[in-house]
Amino acid sequence: MLNPFQHLIKKSYTMKNENLYNYILGIADNSLILGQRMGELCGHGPSLETDIACTNISLDLFGQVRSYFQYATKIAGDGRSEDDIAMLRQEREYKNVLLVEQPNTNFAYTLGRQFLFDIYHLAFLKELQKSTDLTLSAIANKCVKEVSYHARFSSDWIKRLGDGTDESKEKMQEAINDLWAYTDELFHQTDADKAMVAEGIGVDVTKLKDNYYREISQVLEEATLQVPGSKYFQKGGKQGIHTEHLGYILAELQYMQRAYPNMEW
Amino acid sequence: MSTKNWPLWEIFVRSKNGLEHRHCGSLHAADSEMALENARDVYTRRNEGVSIWVVESKHITASNPEHNGELFEPAQDKVYRHPTFYDLPDDVKHM
Amino acid sequence: MSEEQIRSLERQFEERIARDEKIEPKDWMPEKYRQTHIRQMSQHAHSEIVGMLPEGNWITRAPSLRRKVALLAKVQDEAGHGLYLYSATETLGISRDEMYEQLHTGKAKYSSIFNYPTITWADMGAIGWLVDGAAIINQVPLCNTSYGPYARAMIRVCKEESFHQRQGFEIMMKLANGTPEQKDMAQDALNRWWWPSLMMLGPTDDVSVHTEQSMKWKLKRKSNDDLRQQFIDQTVPQADLIGLTIPDPDLKWNEERGSYDFGEIDWDEFWQVVKGHGPMNKERMKARVGAWERGEWVRDAAMAHAEKKQVRKEKQAV
Repeated sequence: MLNPFQHLIKKSYTMKNENLYNYILGIADNSLILGQRMGELCGHGPSLETDIACTNISLDLFGQVRSYFQYATKIAGDGRSEDDIAMLRQEREYKNVLLVEQPNTNFAYTLGRQFLFDIYHLAFLKELQKSTDLTLSAIANKCVKEVSYHARFSSDWIKRLGDGTDESKEKMQEAINDLWAYTDELFHQTDADKAMVAEGIGVDVTKLKDNYYREISQVLEEATLQVPGSKYFQKGGKQGIHTEHLGYILAELQYMQRAYPNMEW
Repeated sequence: MSTKNWPLWEIFVRSKNGLEHRHCGSLHAADSEMALENARDVYTRRNEGVSIWVVESKHITASNPEHNGELFEPAQDKVYRHPTFYDLPDDVKHM
Repeated sequence: MSEEQIRSLERQFEERIARDEKIEPKDWMPEKYRQTHIRQMSQHAHSEIVGMLPEGNWITRAPSLRRKVALLAKVQDEAGHGLYLYSATETLGISRDEMYEQLHTGKAKYSSIFNYPTITWADMGAIGWLVDGAAIINQVPLCNTSYGPYARAMIRVCKEESFHQRQGFEIMMKLANGTPEQKDMAQDALNRWWWPSLMMLGPTDDVSVHTEQSMKWKLKRKSNDDLRQQFIDQTVPQADLIGLTIPDPDLKWNEERGSYDFGEIDWDEFWQVVKGHGPMNKERMKARVGAWERGEWVRDAAMAHAEKKQVRKEKQAV
């Protein structure tokens, strides 16, 4: 598949632009790991219709990953392919937030994780559309439509499960409570972030925080759920310090590339 | 065992502006919002649509094929409703 | 209705089908026609959704992003096809939940091929190339079957499925042209999937039941043996093209027949799998039943929520 943004990629990047490269990986790894998690569910959803919907989300995310990584290969300019970047890094080199690697404990966790990420993701992409980097803003323009739908889909489901039966309310609340600890990290800045913000390329995520919690709270209230009060958060993903789950995700994601190195598929 | 199953919905998709919505199939959903979202995910995966209608199947009233004789056959001999019923000379153009 | 009236209706019904007229849901139809269609169509739908499992097994391990999205889209299509077929079957007066119940209790069958395990990546290629190839041979004639909703569902299915077989063959081709390790992987997959694919086209004509009636109703246009021959004749040259060997020492071109002669199929194995004792029968059912049971609270919650919303809406209207 051709990268639709091929024409926007400047050939002049070298690895000296390491900040940009790391910045892109930070964005793309979130979609990669979340897409992988959603892909695990294909064929195992609560109904055929929801199964198809969740697979669509996974497909959107992997499409985004490919756009970002194809851009990253140009910036790296060292002959690595999108698959090398996606599948041949070490554990500590993956920069996704801890939230997206949390497991599909049950459908409430799957949708809770999606919802807590989607609201952030949408706000982030709306800002990235204004990036002075034309490739990134073009990717954001495409992704923002996909993610608007994801946010709508997951918000609707939070309301259904929150304001459904007693059992579903309990399960949904438990999932939100557990996943809450991973929300704060979304708004942490890395060094690459700061450098990219300074250049007008990156998004200042610290500015998205208040609105994020406001929007999340609105949906949770409508879903008759409690907004968790806990002030204890987990972090580390952006520095490559992950939960124990990531190793297993990578074991599957990387299996073929590791077991059969240097081959075409 | 579930107490109640998701009802069936009929899905109509407009493939592009200027064309009518066409029935393309059905699916299950708990409510109309979910039916719309499911229809989008199930029936427009390959760019098939620009607009969707969903109707819960139970709200559709269908004619009974046993009455087809009285409903539809009387129209068969009303040939004067068709332009070819009228004889005009070949010289008449644009009519 | 008197027996004579029924016989007369049946006669008219068969004449309509013979004239290539379509039967629609509300039309009168013989009970046997209804039951036969429920059986075949639901079995077809079940095959689609059970068929998601062996391929879904490799989604998280696909070797490249390009292969991953293609596989995801393909398995998703199978869910879609199951959905179209369940919906079409529902027009005959059976609910999807009842059909699931029949699948989960073992009352309904699905294609036996999905009871084999997918143990290497090359199995994704072999399934697309061989299993979808055999399925297409079965399915294309159904686009013109006598029951309208089934024919319409099949038109949609066939249109969407055209990429599946190509995807599978492309995977095989890439492996066959790759490193020796990859080529071995491809040959091994072909060895394992070849015979089950031939079995997939059904028992031989001399033991096959229902065939005559199904031909009349256009549920079947060709006999199992003819379909099998067609499949072999079209697949052997494709294997030659990519340098893989069909695992049948008796396979030989027969100039006189203009077809390939082929070896004995192990029908004992076929019946063993059909009767529920294949390598993966129990796991496949466990996965389906598990997904259904784990999803129950979700489906119930959505209904409860819809009802609450309805009540609120009605209150507002008052």
